[in-house]
Amino acid sequence: MTTVAERQGGPATGRAPSPSSSFAGRRRPGEFLIKLGLRLAAAITVITTVGIVIALLVPSLSFFAEVSPFEFLFGTRWAPRFADASFGVLPLVTATLWTTVIALLVAVPFGLGAAILLAEYAKPRVRKVLKPLLEILAGIPTVVYGFFALQFVQGTVLRDWLQLPTGAFSVLAAGLVMGVMIIPTIASIAEDAMSAVPGALRQGSAALGANRMQTTLRVVFPAALSGIVAAVVLGISRAVGETMIVAIAAGSQAQLVSNPLEQGQTMTGFIANAALGDSRVGSLEYNTLFAVGLLLFLITLLINFISIRFVRRFREAY
Amino acid sequence: MSTTTTRPEARELRITKPLATGRNGELRPSALIFLLLLWFSLFVAFAVLVTLLITIFITGQNKLSWNLVTNFPSADPEEAGARPAILGSVWAIGTTAVLTLPLGIAAAVHLEEFADRKRWFNRFVELNVQNLAAVPSIVYGLLALAFLSMLGVTNKNIVIGGALALTLLILPVIIIATREALRAVPSEIRDGSLALGATQWQTTWRQVLPASVPGIATGSILALSRALGEAAPLLVLGALVYITFDPNGLLSGYTTLPIQIFNWTGRPQEGFHELAGATSLLLLAVLILMNALAIFIRNKFQKRW
Repeated sequence: MTTVAERQGGPATGRAPSPSSSFAGRRRPGEFLIKLGLRLAAAITVITTVGIVIALLVPSLSFFAEVSPFEFLFGTRWAPRFADASFGVLPLVTATLWTTVIALLVAVPFGLGAAILLAEYAKPRVRKVLKPLLEILAGIPTVVYGFFALQFVQGTVLRDWLQLPTGAFSVLAAGLVMGVMIIPTIASIAEDAMSAVPGALRQGSAALGANRMQTTLRVVFPAALSGIVAAVVLGISRAVGETMIVAIAAGSQAQLVSNPLEQGQTMTGFIANAALGDSRVGSLEYNTLFAVGLLLFLITLLINFISIRFVRRFREAY
Repeated sequence: MSTTTTRPEARELRITKPLATGRNGELRPSALIFLLLLWFSLFVAFAVLVTLLITIFITGQNKLSWNLVTNFPSADPEEAGARPAILGSVWAIGTTAVLTLPLGIAAAVHLEEFADRKRWFNRFVELNVQNLAAVPSIVYGLLALAFLSMLGVTNKNIVIGGALALTLLILPVIIIATREALRAVPSEIRDGSLALGATQWQTTWRQVLPASVPGIATGSILALSRALGEAAPLLVLGALVYITFDPNGLLSGYTTLPIQIFNWTGRPQEGFHELAGATSLLLLAVLILMNALAIFIRNKFQKRW
């Protein structure tokens, strides 16, 4: 407990050198309890993680007792509810991959473009207006995005306007709208990274005769690269974990998606859909939910660790 | 010797000319196209935002009436309303706020004011909070589902179950926001208080926390507005139930606005899509109000030291 005073160089709340000091050994049981309570609150976050791991692992283990992990990871047919049930997760993975890639194709260029504009070009007053406006996009509930993707993007734009041969659902519509949803995430972190690049680098570049575009692309962008990579990686993690847009607009037929105009069921889409049916606790169907959830959790955990590494690097650079 | 012959204006001209080309570099075609592309990317984002708002307004405008707020869901789209969903959202978010705020703020105070960063456990907690913030929301639904079934609760569609999932979902967000608010309080405030003989806790409670209330409030409101719009974890807990009564307690069955929108979106009749649009407008209005409140608090009360 005394470490606090040490860290902040505070005078003497805890250990005093001489026992004669009247403040020295004064016990404060109330404060001790409060600090214990605070520590407990922090520990709850760790308990949550342990809880997630246990909650996902236990049903998954009983799932893998019945289905071999090899069949799960490399099987190409996902039909957990059919009489001849089959548990190959690849159809869910391909659909997730499609929506994620499409979302990134939208979010990375537009997100980085917005970030460069806000960080390098916009005057402070303009930025103060534009940034919160951009963040409204992040505040819109994903279920509303899903509704928009199904009704407008899929129904009106893709089918009526562009006359594309597509059914009621497609991974394309879901991915496009998901990309728009992720733009502010990427823009905000990339902007932070670029704003953290010291002004001296820009002045140096300008002194050598570079214009603002050259300064941005050849000096600021490389200098902020690890932060920008972290932004993109976080975007990937959000796209993989997004549920409502794909549950509404991507369809619920699990198949190996070979073309973005097809419908497909993602990992999150499967969990959302399967949870609608009433599956008994402990049944294979119930355990299947958790096996897919575990895979999803491990993928996003891996992605996130990569992101944190990159963030560390760009914070330490200057 | 030429300096005596050259007139001052000419000299200035000769000096300023090469400098001016540096400025002219901004007007090169490549640089202009680049700037145009940057504005275009921002424009695309706003164009989608405006299109989304307009489409939803056009879809939902017919159903924007008091019926939406006062009526229960019904098989007839003309009669149906979102009353239980509104009350359910209030119950779920209210419970979430009561559970999350003390927990999140306490954890943040520990990490920021008391924890020793040299100890591995505290560093581990920090890393863990960062990780939890990126866990997909649907996984929190699975966690709450497993927890409830472990307790032997058979009916999972209860307010406290949903609030539990939402609490764990936004806890990292509140911790991160609170830590930032605490960090913004300058250390002179702490040192001054400690120098007057206050203990660490007295300093935190009477100086640091009051000074950071606006920041904490802003972060908390934004986190709660995220919970309000969240549907995935509640879907896993089975909140998609046809509710024709007012939710009235922690163990009551419930549904929320996003879940109600999801339900209506999935039906074939056009009337239900209109209802989904109208309910989306309602939800967006509440969220924009919450965001405006957060921005207002930030601008009005946040101190600059």
